[in-house]
Amino acid sequence: MNDKPKIIIGLIIFFAVFTFPFWYNHGAVSSAPEPKLSDKAEKAKHCVRDTDYMRKEHMHLLDGWRDRTVRDAERVYEIDGKEYMASLSNTCMECHSNKAEFCDKCHEYASVDPYCWDCHKYPKEKK
Amino acid sequence: MENNRRSFLKFAGVSVLGLGSLSLLDGLTSEDVIASSGQASAEATYKKTANALTAKRWGMVVDTKKLSGRICHKMEKACREAHNIPELENKKHEIKWIWEAHYNHVFPGKTDEFLVERLKELPIPVLCNHCANPPCVQACPTQATFQREDGIVMMDFHRCIGCRFCMAACPYGSRSFNFEDPRSAIAHENKEFPTRMKGVVEKCNFCAERLAVGKQPACVEASKGALVFGDLGDPQSEVRQLLKENYAIRRKQNLGTNPSVYYIV
Ligand code: SF4
Ligand code: SF4
Ligand code: SF4
Repeated sequence: MNDKPKIIIGLIIFFAVFTFPFWYNHGAVSSAPEPKLSDKAEKAKHCVRDTDYMRKEHMHLLDGWRDRTVRDAERVYEIDGKEYMASLSNTCMECHSNKAEFCDKCHEYASVDPYCWDCHKYPKEKK
Repeated sequence: MENNRRSFLKFAGVSVLGLGSLSLLDGLTSEDVIASSGQASAEATYKKTANALTAKRWGMVVDTKKLSGRICHKMEKACREAHNIPELENKKHEIKWIWEAHYNHVFPGKTDEFLVERLKELPIPVLCNHCANPPCVQACPTQATFQREDGIVMMDFHRCIGCRFCMAACPYGSRSFNFEDPRSAIAHENKEFPTRMKGVVEKCNFCAERLAVGKQPACVEASKGALVFGDLGDPQSEVRQLLKENYAIRRKQNLGTNPSVYYIV
């Protein structure tokens, strides 16, 4: 029981370190990103899948597209009777032609750095 | 001791349950991820394009009698523009999918002291042979290089780690490595085809992306009949007819790679 002070000091240090991210960011909370839809995307109203699915799952969708296209030569994605060319540059970016305002917004917020763009192209944007 | 362990386990169990129900962690659990991806595989399907060209085994016949330097140049240009191949100043970093070479280099085992005059100076196009027994596929540790059912030896650039084992394994030098970022050196950009990045290997893909939409390979279109592309597995195909009627050779046949590109000499 002689160790009580040491334990308490240890616990305080532990909690300080553990909660560091919370108090460090206090007052500087960045607001949630608001990706902007391009006019074309806005008009289309409907993406390949519903918005909720796209928001959560687009990376898995793209992963499937890439594997099926490259490895199985199956380039058509069919859903609800509609067919889409499974292509990031030629299908997604056709509507979402505003990478900076759309893709980058959330990617930056979530601090993810997808390497799609090292090879796949996106439309040039007007500044 | 016994008691202590039991109460610890109880405590731990309850804590885990409690933590699991915290809404903070809800977002991090993958339950809905799993649920919706299961759903995806139930409704969504993948298929080939309706007008895709298919074959049992794709192959090519090069008719050297119809070749000229000009035609070779056109074929290279067509491939370069279709596939965003950079033109780099440093020749050591050159990226080559199809290029011209001389008979002695294309067929080193078949050179003769008194070779027929016509072949001595003739530029001959060389490209990946899409070998039926491809050593590059065996060498690739990541399956970035793989063989499709229709015989095309494909590269999955997403998977390539740039180890270059495939380059060492290919006896034809059909592969090039991106020593630098190719993007700045692409003169005519084809928006529909991706570029590559520094650190991956690339080579001719028999225009898989064009076959998928019913088109012949770009070099074949530009070749004025010097290249014929078709199904080696179909006895009625144009390539098989050509091979029936003409004597044709393949590159370094003795190595057992079983190339799918034939040369009528
Ligand atoms: S020519 Fe070389 S790269 Fe092409 S399939 Fe044969 S071994 Fe592989
Ligand atoms: S360089 Fe790429 S394609 Fe070649 S063996 Fe390594 S991973 Fe495979
Ligand atoms: S078949 Fe296609 S990829 Fe191969 S050399 Fe010809 S144009 Fe290039």
